[in-house]
Amino acid sequence: MPQVPGLIKGLGVTFGEMVKTLKSGPQTTRYPHEREEPTARARGVIALHEENCTSCMLCARECPDWCIFIEAHKYVAPPRREGGKPRQKNELDRFDIDYSLCMYCGICVEVCPFDALFWTPEHEYSEIRIADLLHDKSRLAQWMETVPEFEAYEAGSEAKLRKVPKD
Amino acid sequence: MTPLLASFDPPYWLSTVIKVLVVGAVVPTTALILGVVFLFKIMSWMQSRLGPQEAGPRGLLQLLADGVKFIQKEDIAPNGADLWVFKAAPLVVLSSTLLLYVALPASAHLVVEDLDVGVFYVLAISSLSVIGVLMAGWASANKYSLMGALRAAGQLIAYELPMVLAVIGVVIQAGTMSLNGIVFAQNGGAVFGWTGIGNPYILTQFIGFFIFIAAVQAELTQPPFDMPVAESEIVSGYQVEYTGFRFLIFFLAEFATAFVFAGIAAVMFLGGWAVPWLEASSDWYYVLGPAVLFAKVMLVSFIIFWVRFTYPRLREDQLQSFAWKFLIPLALVNIVATAVLKVVF
Repeated sequence: MPQVPGLIKGLGVTFGEMVKTLKSGPQTTRYPHEREEPTARARGVIALHEENCTSCMLCARECPDWCIFIEAHKYVAPPRREGGKPRQKNELDRFDIDYSLCMYCGICVEVCPFDALFWTPEHEYSEIRIADLLHDKSRLAQWMETVPEFEAYEAGSEAKLRKVPKD
Repeated sequence: MTPLLASFDPPYWLSTVIKVLVVGAVVPTTALILGVVFLFKIMSWMQSRLGPQEAGPRGLLQLLADGVKFIQKEDIAPNGADLWVFKAAPLVVLSSTLLLYVALPASAHLVVEDLDVGVFYVLAISSLSVIGVLMAGWASANKYSLMGALRAAGQLIAYELPMVLAVIGVVIQAGTMSLNGIVFAQNGGAVFGWTGIGNPYILTQFIGFFIFIAAVQAELTQPPFDMPVAESEIVSGYQVEYTGFRFLIFFLAEFATAFVFAGIAAVMFLGGWAVPWLEASSDWYYVLGPAVLFAKVMLVSFIIFWVRFTYPRLREDQLQSFAWKFLIPLALVNIVATAVLKVVF
């Protein structure tokens, strides 16, 4: 019976885990009573840095769930230099993310060419009414305060990337 | 104490009412205790979590809250169901559990009915639940239910045999089929002439104990033998169509049966309600007996549930071959060895 040592070992694992839990506490935290800090790059909510946004609509188009709504209008901005031509710019009227649709894939953050979207680890924004999960421009801008400082990628990650097969 | 109890001699109808009330109160209580202690607490600790914390002190009333929730739910029966059979099935399963408690002695006199053939009665009544399970599966008008019920029938019949055969060793050694008689035999026994701990049959019938626990595990359809309710294969087996309090009755019956089987194992292998250093005829057992039995039941239940929380589910054919090719031959060898040794010594 070759299985017997493994079966006994299995019983030992569960018993040992029970002793460990009773002696030094469980792996879990009692959430509403005590809070566990999520890691810095956790995908909690997406923040909008409005000054960087050019209303290019790339994020809205790439979004698999169509949960980003953008409206903008053009206006003529004064020239940058004395005697220059007046410039045409986009004014962002509406930038909403519907978090009841969002699936937290992060494609919008990836595709944004102007660094206007950021992940933040904040995650406590559930609502009683589902419609309140539609975060508008000002709400998304508020999340900017919670964006963590950029941390350098771990050493050797570039080398790892090169190993990915092409096909 | 004895004169007081001896003077209490109620008429037949009153004693019957008292017995019914006691069993009716004990069954849900024991199911609740096992559910909270093992399913909620020990299982959580074995998985490195705390279990329910909010309902009552340290979450101990969570199962009660769940029970109330089940009672509130609507009692739904599927359209094609054989209504009468469908509704009766959980009660048949529960009645088997209730009848099992009749023979379990909590002390020499604290027993609902002290039967001379207690072992035989217990084993016969425990297989009654198969009928309830088959009724549930057939009447649900659901393929998963029927599959689950057929699996359950095959499993319960296959494991009935090793269970009976494992117990025969104990019966041979004790020379009686009365559960109280087995307790007395263990309490008054001796290990090679040494009477310090009596003679709990787990020492001589260790193989029998192992087979009995394995068979109990399968009879209760608990992991690793939970094929009749295997949720990843046949959704929930014969319980698929049951909601509300009828599902609660299945749950109650499962845990109450676990308790009573642990109790029977404690009686037959661990010395039951008696402790070795106190004569089994002592009056102290009116108070001490239930407490001792409860402690031993918790010990045996711990083994049963420990195994439950550790192993994944077997395959259906592995289940059958484990019973027919391993447990039954082992039990037969055990009986032969016990009989030979009984004659020799």
